[in-house]
Amino acid sequence: MSTTTAAPAPATPAPAGPRPATPAKRRWGATVAGVLILCVMLFPLYWMLNTALQPESGLLEVAPVPHEVDLSGFTSAIREQGGHLLTSLAVAFGAVVICLAIAAPAAYGLAQFKLRGTRTIVFGTLITQMVPGIVIANALYSAYVDLGLVNSYFGLMLADASLGIPFAIVLMRSFMVAIPTEVIEAAEVDGAGRLRTFVQVVLPMSRNCLITAGLFSFLYAWSDFMFALTLNTTDDVKPVTLGIYQYIGAHVGDWGSVMAASVLSAIPAAVLLVLAQKYIAAGITGGSVK
Amino acid sequence: MSATTASATAPDTRQPAPAVKKPDPARARRRRRLSQWGFIAPAVVFMVLFFGYPLVRNVLMSFQDYSPSTFFDGKAPFNGTDNWSKVFQDDLFGKALWHTIAFTVGSLIGQFGIGLALAVFFTKKFPLNGILRSLILLPWLVPMVVSGIVWRRILDQDTGVLNTFLDTLGMDGATPWLTSPGMALFSVILVNIWIGIPFNMVILYGGLQEIPKELYEAASLDGASAWRTFRSITLPLLKPVITVVLVLGFMSTVKILDLILALTDGGPADATQTLGTLTYQNSFVQLDFGAGAVVGNVLILISAVFAVFYLRANRSEGK
Repeated sequence: MSTTTAAPAPATPAPAGPRPATPAKRRWGATVAGVLILCVMLFPLYWMLNTALQPESGLLEVAPVPHEVDLSGFTSAIREQGGHLLTSLAVAFGAVVICLAIAAPAAYGLAQFKLRGTRTIVFGTLITQMVPGIVIANALYSAYVDLGLVNSYFGLMLADASLGIPFAIVLMRSFMVAIPTEVIEAAEVDGAGRLRTFVQVVLPMSRNCLITAGLFSFLYAWSDFMFALTLNTTDDVKPVTLGIYQYIGAHVGDWGSVMAASVLSAIPAAVLLVLAQKYIAAGITGGSVK
Repeated sequence: MSATTASATAPDTRQPAPAVKKPDPARARRRRRLSQWGFIAPAVVFMVLFFGYPLVRNVLMSFQDYSPSTFFDGKAPFNGTDNWSKVFQDDLFGKALWHTIAFTVGSLIGQFGIGLALAVFFTKKFPLNGILRSLILLPWLVPMVVSGIVWRRILDQDTGVLNTFLDTLGMDGATPWLTSPGMALFSVILVNIWIGIPFNMVILYGGLQEIPKELYEAASLDGASAWRTFRSITLPLLKPVITVVLVLGFMSTVKILDLILALTDGGPADATQTLGTLTYQNSFVQLDFGAGAVVGNVLILISAVFAVFYLRANRSEGK
């Protein structure tokens, strides 16, 4: 066997002497094409950074590259929007906590307990992802007025959690279905209650999908603009998305500082993409296709 | 101490045990089921409150007369089909419906076409493939309002970089991308295509990875051309993923709000008003929640039709 396979092996490089160069060159050619595609796709984000570094350009044309690094756009953005960034952070973290606390047990229950309504609930979860957000906001607003949740952190956290919960349930359930029943039964035979089994056995096993679900609910809440816009009537709770939107209404000329605020608001996405790349890719494919 | 308590409690539980044991199976099962429902109930309650209730409430609201004073005196009397006839008689509704259709169809064609081309491109093996592929996701992860505002600067008629660039190429460098009613919808669609490409690409790329390599080897042995291979192997096998990507794309496009508010606020002259922005405008700008609910219900109806498609696709994929 080894001799027969070894025989053609040296034969291939010999006639293909000049050939290996071509595939390699072609492969690097594809890399060049890929880099070009990336440049086109990321150009708007480059331009956002570039404009942010040229606050003096105001309403004039922006140079392709900043002549000098002028951070005054960023200082004024932090002065104007720093508080809103913190609000966004607090609301997003709150939404993640609510989302995971509600979705993780439900995903486990729907995956492992053979309860009668399970299929209907899973079906309902899929359906909820199709309800347009503005329709929810339309009805939620008057309910929030009655409950005193308008202009409150908790109200916005709850609404933002709704952006992630159906997705988190679907994603985690598809993972938890695969946990072997024996593992859970073994824990329960050892005397662990249902809740302890969940906390001490199931959650640690599901670490990766918890992280993915958490990341996505964070990004959903961080990016939310619609609930921030509709469920707030005062400046008490103003996330950065709303802050930037209202800012361009008021200061049309100050593009440098608007863009600097935009750069700051895009940082979580960029950081997560670098640090948690595999979870993001897993979330996009897992949550949508399954 | 522990030994005494253990021995003290042990006979205690022993004695009632047989008594409990008799109805045990049924009651234990009920108790077990109750504790199991405890895991699921919070999510069900949450979804009923945040998705079920708004759906029902919107239908009711569309038959109620809301005015700016409603939120002070709490009065929103039922007014029959007044809201419906008012909305349908307004030219703006027809316009918004048409804009929504054009926006959705245009966006989907662009996002899907380019996304698929890029997905196929990235199935090639070449250096840095993985890094490039993940960096391309960035536009999709940035908050949509922020993307919209960045594009608003880029597309500025007088000083935006796109017109500057077209100028240096000797083309029309004064295109009023967002400021002319004839161009605005087209420009908004272009920006939305840019936003949607990464999502389409990633999901389609995942689908392409699932197709067995042997099929391509067999096809190349048969001497099939690249186009033929794509048409006869890639497309049919990718079909379930294509359906899902298109339906999910439809869902997020048809209800668009953030992007349009950030780019044009629905203008100029209502040229980019869609069902989503019209709902917002009616309810939260004019405080006529009844009219907003009517437009919202139309939006739900459209989404519901496509939900059926989605579930069909999901089911056939599961089989």
